[in-house]
Amino acid sequence: MKILVCITHVPDTTSKITFTDNNTKFNTQNVQFIIGPYDEYALARAVELRDAQAGSSITVLHVGTAESENTIRKALAIGADDAIRIDAEPLDAMFVATQISAIAKQNKYDLILMGRESIDFNGNMVHGLVAEMLQIPVISPIMKLDITGNIATMHKEIEGGKEVIECQMPLVAGCQEPIAEWKIPNMRGIMSAKSKPYQVIAPVETQNVALTLSYDLPVAKSGCKMIDASTPEKLFELLKNEAKVL
Amino acid sequence: MILSYIEIADGDIKKTSLEVAQMAAELAKKMGDSALAIAIGKADVTKLALIGNYGISTLIYVDTDVSISKNIATLVANIATKNNASTVIFPKSIMADAVAASVAIKIDAAIVNNVVEIPDTANGFSVKRSIYTGKAFAKVEIKQAKKVLVLRKNAISTQPTSDIASVETYKEDISTNHLKITETNKTKGDILLTDAEIVVSGGRGLKGPENWHLIENLAKALGAATGCSKPVSDMDWRPHHEHVGQTGVKVAPNIYFAVGISGAIQHLAGVNSSKILVAINTDPEAPFFKAADYGIVGDAFDILPKLTLAAKNYR
Ligand SMILES: Cc1cc2nc3c(=O)[nH]c(=O)nc-3n(C[C@H](O)[C@H](O)[C@H](O)COP(=O)(O)OP(=O)(O)OC[C@H]3O[C@@H](n4cnc5c(N)ncnc54)[C@H](O)[C@@H]3O)c2cc1C
Ligand SMILES: Nc1ncnc2c1ncn2[C@@H]1O[C@H](COP(=O)(O)O)[C@@H](O)[C@H]1O
Repeated sequence: MKILVCITHVPDTTSKITFTDNNTKFNTQNVQFIIGPYDEYALARAVELRDAQAGSSITVLHVGTAESENTIRKALAIGADDAIRIDAEPLDAMFVATQISAIAKQNKYDLILMGRESIDFNGNMVHGLVAEMLQIPVISPIMKLDITGNIATMHKEIEGGKEVIECQMPLVAGCQEPIAEWKIPNMRGIMSAKSKPYQVIAPVETQNVALTLSYDLPVAKSGCKMIDASTPEKLFELLKNEAKVL
Repeated sequence: MILSYIEIADGDIKKTSLEVAQMAAELAKKMGDSALAIAIGKADVTKLALIGNYGISTLIYVDTDVSISKNIATLVANIATKNNASTVIFPKSIMADAVAASVAIKIDAAIVNNVVEIPDTANGFSVKRSIYTGKAFAKVEIKQAKKVLVLRKNAISTQPTSDIASVETYKEDISTNHLKITETNKTKGDILLTDAEIVVSGGRGLKGPENWHLIENLAKALGAATGCSKPVSDMDWRPHHEHVGQTGVKVAPNIYFAVGISGAIQHLAGVNSSKILVAINTDPEAPFFKAADYGIVGDAFDILPKLTLAAKNYR
């Protein structure tokens, strides 16, 4: 089985987000970058599936600049067999999806795993776009994924519950916990990551891209109004008459 | 033409879809264009006609129980093309996100998710979207003629009128059965977390699943949905789909109650689009108080029953 795992390179979940250059550039100073948490679930499940079926392989794919190098190496250390980086700024979901589907068309993967969403753009879009471009099914977000022969059985989150879905491969899936436990790279993984195949490829041309003009931050809250614990019911009065939300 | 996608849940229009209708109507007005809506699913026509309250004069209704996003996308794309839609607007949801992506490819459009404002058409076409899990916004420009937008909930305030839409039914056979849904488990009757006006969430401060009736009782009294923090669902005190935050459900209710939740940044990332945040915590230094609008320093076991009792006078 050939598995493709698409990963993002995103600020750690605790990062404070700021911008520079007159609010046109993300400020990377003091920001720790990580593999997107959902993407890491996808990768972790891919490693388990690969190890369970002889002759399987995992390619990790990232659309981004050379700044993402360490993130890709980490994915190799966790267990991917080889990596591809499309050397381009990930402009928007459509751009990224076009790049991913161009690679997928060449290499015919059985399973394309992604995160449920990226935590920078939060588009929840790339998997759907890729699947449509490749004319194959997409299931997202999934919390369980098992393969028997050519059939994937998945638990998909729906609003207020879940669905069990069976689908023939190839397919695209967006993963979330508890699909697998995150894998911590061991020493051997870290060492071997340095020598695993790693290709850098130029992007294909695309249209229909939405370009970011500028950024801004939400207005800060004015402060928290405290209500005495001996009269909690006063809260409702404030919610009704002051905040006008009741 | 501006096409709005109206989502149906349990026979009724979902709240976010009312916002989508309002946005489509206002955008159409601004651009001297017309607005149309499409609803796919099982609902009463008289209920659907109420979309007119939000500025939509015609709704195309496809009466079917298809639940596969690809098939729904085919219908939407066909209707968009037939009616020459320049922009299709979707509400944010698991299902609508998937449909939107598929439609964007089918009609050859640019796509922007998590839109939080009516597009700016003064100079070209630009939209504001939420990024970094609600920690920032980006203004993006779309140059393409065709656009697909996904609206984040609670971003647009609605001003309902008493107008009624005319509902036209539409039929088309679409059956590509490339996947099989073998089982559906859905909690019936509960208020959807993602659609709720009020959410009451509990954290590790509640000490155990046996105390959840305290959360549920307040929720019931307020007509609210219940949520929880990640450790709570990790420990199986509550089902996974109730966990709110960066790696869980993102909610945007009018009021979010965080009871016994410390206010870790990953939790706040899932609630920062709520209108009002209320924190109840024994620890006056809990980070949640820095993000909250209202706070009570106190013991959940003491405060929750009192609030539940008092809530009855306000609902
Ligand atoms: C990559 C990553 C992603 C994450 N994603 C999420 C996410 O999506 N959602 C999420 O919630 N977390 C997430 N977390 C975990 C997050 O960092 C916190 O650990 C978690 O939110 C804490 O949950 P809590 O507030 O319930 O528990 P605690 O942090 O243990 O807080 C319990 C609170 O209850 C208070 N308390 C105790 N007793 C009482 C009482 N009797 N009455 C009132 N208050 C009381 C305490 O003072 C304390 O503030 C993530 C972490 C990581 C690393
Ligand atoms: N730049 C990128 N490179 C590779 N994969 C990506 C990239 N951006 C998004 N993805 C994948 O698409 C998923 C959904 O992303 P998004 O649509 O941005 O929420 C992510 O979880 C990744 O698996």
